[in-house]
Amino acid sequence: MRWMWIDRVIELQPRLKMVAVKNVSLAEDHLHDHFASDAIHGLTALPIMPASLILEGMAQTAGILVGHAESFREKVILAKISKAELTADATPGTTLRYTAFIERMDNLGASTRGTVDLFDHAHPDRGYCPIGIIDLLFSHLDQNMSGAAFPEHNFVFGDAFKTLLRTSGIAIAE
Amino acid sequence: MTRDDIFGKVRDVLVDALAVDDDEVTPTASLVGDLGAESIDFLDIVFKLEQSFGIKIAQGELFPEGVAQDPKFVQNGKVTPEGLTALKARMPHVDFTAFEKDPQVSRVGGIFTVDALVNFVAKKLNVA
Repeated sequence: MRWMWIDRVIELQPRLKMVAVKNVSLAEDHLHDHFASDAIHGLTALPIMPASLILEGMAQTAGILVGHAESFREKVILAKISKAELTADATPGTTLRYTAFIERMDNLGASTRGTVDLFDHAHPDRGYCPIGIIDLLFSHLDQNMSGAAFPEHNFVFGDAFKTLLRTSGIAIAE
Repeated sequence: MTRDDIFGKVRDVLVDALAVDDDEVTPTASLVGDLGAESIDFLDIVFKLEQSFGIKIAQGELFPEGVAQDPKFVQNGKVTPEGLTALKARMPHVDFTAFEKDPQVSRVGGIFTVDALVNFVAKKLNVA
């Protein structure tokens, strides 16, 4: 499960909306190589989750939502980041929540819009606070206009995705 | 809605989809050559036009598929007269005048101009 950037799917409304969470943990290797300074709190080397991995978390959330719509028959590939804005850092001990909506979908692909919220366990009274928006465009690889052929098996949604969905209580056809 | 209104909304769509400045979006600018559109951007543009104008665009309606792959339509790297007829029939919103003079298939990207998009939307909305 090394490259899964969401821990659990907590809500799925087929073809419409999916919500997933990700606990940011100090045990993750990437946090040992990626720092920000926080002069206000006197912290000179504060480990933070790279924005690119937050993007990947949203891509996985929205990608599963799009893939689920066609029972994971399509190879759903992230084709374009239409918009990505993040206004706060995610540090160890926080929880990220990704909410993705399908905006438009046809047999060529789908566009999604999404919000990222952060829960700081040191301040549970604040609840989930919005920290960004990430809008994406996905392509159904086999429907690409160039007509290029790809392997038969669906290499996008592999075992890691299936395990995640199963542990989240979402039934998928094997 | 006037043609100017359509142009304004098409410009907003292209600024958003292609991350270009609004003054780059002129009627004669080509999506690929001048505005840097890549293949996936065409899907994005279709989605955004639908949303912006409240219209439905069928697959292949705005940007036809399969013409370049058909040996009847493309020979020796050039679009054949038969191919040109097919393209014109499928894309009444496109001005082929410049392309016809040198119908290299590599130049097909150039026929998709901002004006062609405005023509397409105007036809969909029945605006003269």
